[in-house]
Amino acid sequence: MKQFGAFVKKEFYHILRDRRTLFILLGMPVVQIIIFGFALTNEVKNAKVLVFDNAKDVASTSIIHEIDASQYFDVQQNVTSYSQVESAFKRGAVKLAVVFPSGFNNDLEHVNKAPIQLIADASDPNTANTLINYASAIIMDYQDRITNEHRLPYTISTEMRMLYNPQLKGAYTFVPGVMAMVLMLVCTMMTAITIVREKEMGTMEVMLVSPVQPLKVVIAKAVPYLLLSMVNVASILLLSVFVLDVPIHGSLFLLVGESLLFILTCLAFGLLISTVTDSQQIAMFISLVGMFLPTIMLSGFMFPIENMPILLQVISHIIPARWFFVIVTSVMIKGLGLGAIWKETLILMGMMLFLLTLSIKKFKIRLA
Amino acid sequence: MNNDTIISVEGLTKRFGDFTAVDSISFQVGKGEIFGFLGANGAGKTTAMRMLCGLSMPTSGKASVAGFDIYKQTEEIKRNIGYMSQKFSLYEDLTVRENIRFYAGIYGKTNSFIKEKTAFVLKQLHLEKDADKLVRSLPLGWKQKLAFSVAIFHEPQIVFLDEPTGGVDPVTRREFWNMIYKAAEDGITVFVTTHYMDEAEYCDRVSIMVDGRIDALDTPSGLKSNLKASSMDEVFLMLARKAKRTGD
Ligand SMILES: Nc1ncnc2c1ncn2[C@@H]1O[C@H](COP(=O)(O)OP(=O)(O)O)[C@@H](O)[C@H]1O
Ligand SMILES: [Mg+2]
Repeated sequence: MKQFGAFVKKEFYHILRDRRTLFILLGMPVVQIIIFGFALTNEVKNAKVLVFDNAKDVASTSIIHEIDASQYFDVQQNVTSYSQVESAFKRGAVKLAVVFPSGFNNDLEHVNKAPIQLIADASDPNTANTLINYASAIIMDYQDRITNEHRLPYTISTEMRMLYNPQLKGAYTFVPGVMAMVLMLVCTMMTAITIVREKEMGTMEVMLVSPVQPLKVVIAKAVPYLLLSMVNVASILLLSVFVLDVPIHGSLFLLVGESLLFILTCLAFGLLISTVTDSQQIAMFISLVGMFLPTIMLSGFMFPIENMPILLQVISHIIPARWFFVIVTSVMIKGLGLGAIWKETLILMGMMLFLLTLSIKKFKIRLA
Repeated sequence: MNNDTIISVEGLTKRFGDFTAVDSISFQVGKGEIFGFLGANGAGKTTAMRMLCGLSMPTSGKASVAGFDIYKQTEEIKRNIGYMSQKFSLYEDLTVRENIRFYAGIYGKTNSFIKEKTAFVLKQLHLEKDADKLVRSLPLGWKQKLAFSVAIFHEPQIVFLDEPTGGVDPVTRREFWNMIYKAAEDGITVFVTTHYMDEAEYCDRVSIMVDGRIDALDTPSGLKSNLKASSMDEVFLMLARKAKRTGD
């Protein structure tokens, strides 16, 4: 244990003395989130909203009021029929419509449950997503508030309709995507590179000639990156809550736990990469092509999986980030609990164990 | 094999595909000996040494190191040897002291042993003032001397040195060999590869490897008189002329 501690300490020296890399690793998520934050605010500020209120009661009125008060939305007009909604979208006069059923407040008070329909113009899917997410967040906040006030579990279910692009569903955001990308870079790529660097420099050989268990060396190398990733998770979440106004609706504990699971999966993959090559360049190349690109293209955060060709949809199943993306979206944006994501969690866990076992098996004690 | 034999090798062979890098070599090294392992680039020196250190699995043949079998008892071998690889193998971004501390820790030495011995090594190398400088900032010769000190820090029975003086200036090479003598006096067996022929003169016995085979094995003076050569350089030229392999 003392020996292991010495290994970890040495690894921290390497990382802390390479200021430039450290700066990039810690700064990258911040920059990504902030750039996105600016792009986002420019894009959706004061989006025109149409309201079709069949209820006209206290609940619907206060929700409309809150939507209007938000910097992202500007409630334009009230209409009285679906055909008016449709024609407004056709004219491109609005980006989002909010529909309350009649007796909205009544249902809420008596069965504690009521639906709201959100309709967005999905011909611009990114904006549509963002608008739906923001509107959902406002509605969710309202629900949380009345739940707290009355100590009753109110549920407002938001039903979403993406006009003109019905395939696109669910709430995608940038935050889960940035998280997956950053963790992948820090854990998979940096771990692979740091282990391979020791092979390239010949220091790994010296350790293999010593009585120390090589696996211990390698695991010690992964520990600092695990901590670094947790720092990144924290900074991404803080920025998304305080800069992007994307609140965490579900359990923070669950979110962090799931992130840890994903981090371990990435570390195991980095370990695996380090067992198949002796060159830092190749390790970087495999990490980028084998992990980073598929994560961006196939995890569902850039392009909706439902819109992909069948072959790519099938391939997307083996991408850990795909499952992590669903998990983060569910917990963070939709406020769901473990009950809703146990399947994805199990899949990630399976992938992690598989990768770890494979890399430990492949980790050769004798180099050749 | 008598009691004073510490390395014993018989018919040791390593093939990579259909290329035979080490071709059935046999020799013995006595306790406390400085054994020179000579050969041109690509002769197979590193490959042979790596098999003895347990880094590489032989294709065939037998060998024991410090009384332990290289197939079955690699863990025991590891505890009894030191190794300085052909590549520079200290951490450039750690200080002199941190490097010593780290490698000594690998061998599970106690803190008091490490502390005492570190002071001794720093003094011996005249590095007391530079102990907290990054290794990166030292000249190559100093780095090599430090790497050697680190390789024998845990007081192994045998130390394997793979071209330890490659690229080092002649004066520092002399100093390096003084350190090797010192280690041998302390009872450490030294197994050293080199392609500097003048260094062969410093060894108790040398073997000369050509194309994966050992073509000659004797004391430096024995080799010279056998081949009627005036220097080891000449001995080597006579033997190496037969080589078909070119270095890589
Ligand atoms: N892992 C390997 N795979 C294939 N060929 C190798 C490998 N390692 C060494 N060789 C070859 O074996 C020969 C001997 O190499 P080496 O032992 O490094 O020579 P030396 O140390 O005497 O310069 C060289 O031709 C080299 O290319
Ligand atoms: Mg060599």
